[in-house]
Amino acid sequence: VVDVSKAKAPDKYVICNADEGDPGAFMDRSVLESDPHRVLEGMAIAAYAVGASQGYIYVRAEYPLAVKRSGWPSSRRKARPAGRDICGTNFSFNIDHPAGGGRVCVRRGNRPHRSPSRAPRAAASAPAVPGGGGALGHAHADQQRGDVRQRGAHPAQRRRVVRLHRHAEEQGHEGLRAGRPHRQHRAHRGADGHHAAGYHLRHRRRHPRGRRFKAVQTGGPSGGCIPEQFLDMPVDYESLAKVGSIMGSGGMIVMDETSCMVDVAKFFMEFCMSESCGKCIPCRVGTAQMYDLLCRISDGRGTHANLELLEDLCDMVKHTSLCGLGQTAPNPVLSTLKFFRDEYMAHIDHKRCPAGVCKMAAPSEVHA
Amino acid sequence: MSAVPRVVTMVIDGREVGAQTDQTILEVAREHGISIPTLCYLKGLSPIGACRMCLVEIKGQAKLLPACVTRAADGLEITTNSPRLQEYRKTIIELLFAERNHVCAVCVSNNHCELQDMARSLGVTHIRVPYRYPRFSVDASHKRFSADHNRCILCARCVRVCDEIEGAHTWDIMGRGIDCRVITDMNQPWGASDTCTTCGKCVHVCPTGTLTEKGVAAAEMKKRGQFLPYLTAMRGAKE
Repeated sequence: VVDVSKAKAPDKYVICNADEGDPGAFMDRSVLESDPHRVLEGMAIAAYAVGASQGYIYVRAEYPLAVKRSGWPSSRRKARPAGRDICGTNFSFNIDHPAGGGRVCVRRGNRPHRSPSRAPRAAASAPAVPGGGGALGHAHADQQRGDVRQRGAHPAQRRRVVRLHRHAEEQGHEGLRAGRPHRQHRAHRGADGHHAAGYHLRHRRRHPRGRRFKAVQTGGPSGGCIPEQFLDMPVDYESLAKVGSIMGSGGMIVMDETSCMVDVAKFFMEFCMSESCGKCIPCRVGTAQMYDLLCRISDGRGTHANLELLEDLCDMVKHTSLCGLGQTAPNPVLSTLKFFRDEYMAHIDHKRCPAGVCKMAAPSEVHA
Repeated sequence: MSAVPRVVTMVIDGREVGAQTDQTILEVAREHGISIPTLCYLKGLSPIGACRMCLVEIKGQAKLLPACVTRAADGLEITTNSPRLQEYRKTIIELLFAERNHVCAVCVSNNHCELQDMARSLGVTHIRVPYRYPRFSVDASHKRFSADHNRCILCARCVRVCDEIEGAHTWDIMGRGIDCRVITDMNQPWGASDTCTTCGKCVHVCPTGTLTEKGVAAAEMKKRGQFLPYLTAMRGAKE
């Protein structure tokens, strides 16, 4: 890790990655569309801290409003976050906002680029502070309280935007102070829905609609599923990593008993397979093979040997892939296997999907 | 970036070796007779670290690092051939065999194929992953050469040699993930390419029977890649 503030270079950069490609992630979008100044100011603060003069916001092209607003004329507010001599100081900072190419990995020639590094070449080799839209947006809020803290600061002080979906009772965004337990977020009020009503979860675990909580999936396709026993765990980078998940993009998918974990793993693997750039072999072929194996298992054609092979491939793809996409692609499979192995077994041994999601292949196909 | 390379000492597989900081681990290892398997690497072309065959373990580093692009540094303790690495390498070869339609018996490059040699030397005797049997075409539109995508491992040697050595950049890669394939120009038939100089460099750096000369029968396509070190040495001397 390079300390950008101490690095000696003629040009330094602040890069804001607002090209969230995870399925169902709208954290950067909500921040950029509703309060783009928050991000611009966060970048200016980061730039001031490290002595950068140029910033890039890499905005997802599919968010036209965010593209438009991230380039809002800075003069709308008295305290301009970008431009020359910001806030009466002699500090100048310019922000450009190239739009994305619609993919997680952008490939140019025979060289793949993960999205943030698509900023001009010079930026790629110069010292740069990368940060997600959500994190930089909160740099502004933190600074107003007198402390600029980002990843790397004290875990309990960091802030993130998370988004809750699927079976959460109240879907939407929450600016969370890292460190609060899952249960206290709306996630808990989601599938369980008792905190607000004052019930202890151990006493009544029923969803208002009568369904039981099963898991929270955090971090998008690179993350993992966290079962009920860890609901009291604080939501911060370290604790999530301990149970095999990540903060990642900040998406939180709350799932109740009508979700099949094999199906969830299959869904994320399909995403990774289609987002793989194809440069390195483990990610290109490994994700495709893992997806095929998950399909076999989910429609009742899987065997114990398939499961064993799937685990071998997970280990191999995780440790040999070239970039973060492949290195984290097996995570949803590994975490569902860790906590919900019985569901895989039900598909393999009994040709049955406990959640009633997966359609089983006709018996003639099973023995084919 | 320090312009002047320094001399450092490292340990590769228990042997102390001297190296310069502008050398890669792979170059140092080969200099000292330690073999590390590679597929996409070819001396004289820019290394891309794509095939992941040359991954090595470095003491104190959690991640495995590709020897072809990792620079030598003082005090590195490198393991090139642990049981874990062997297992990963075998799986990579298995994935490649299952990815496309590699049928050695009818291949013009049978017995002169780097993929086949690699499988043999690593002891890959069977493929555990299901074969994918994709449908790929054969492009025989060029008057001297043909391209059989069923045998391609996407090492991008053809792309690099055409761009870096010949300077034509006829070859490139189209698509993403499992749908990737090499193309000529903007996905036109090779024979219709107006950038191709018919130099044949791509054919002779291709590790498998994908790019071949026309008029050879099964097992007859011997690749002659000797031109590459010669060309790069001559160019280096000129500059």
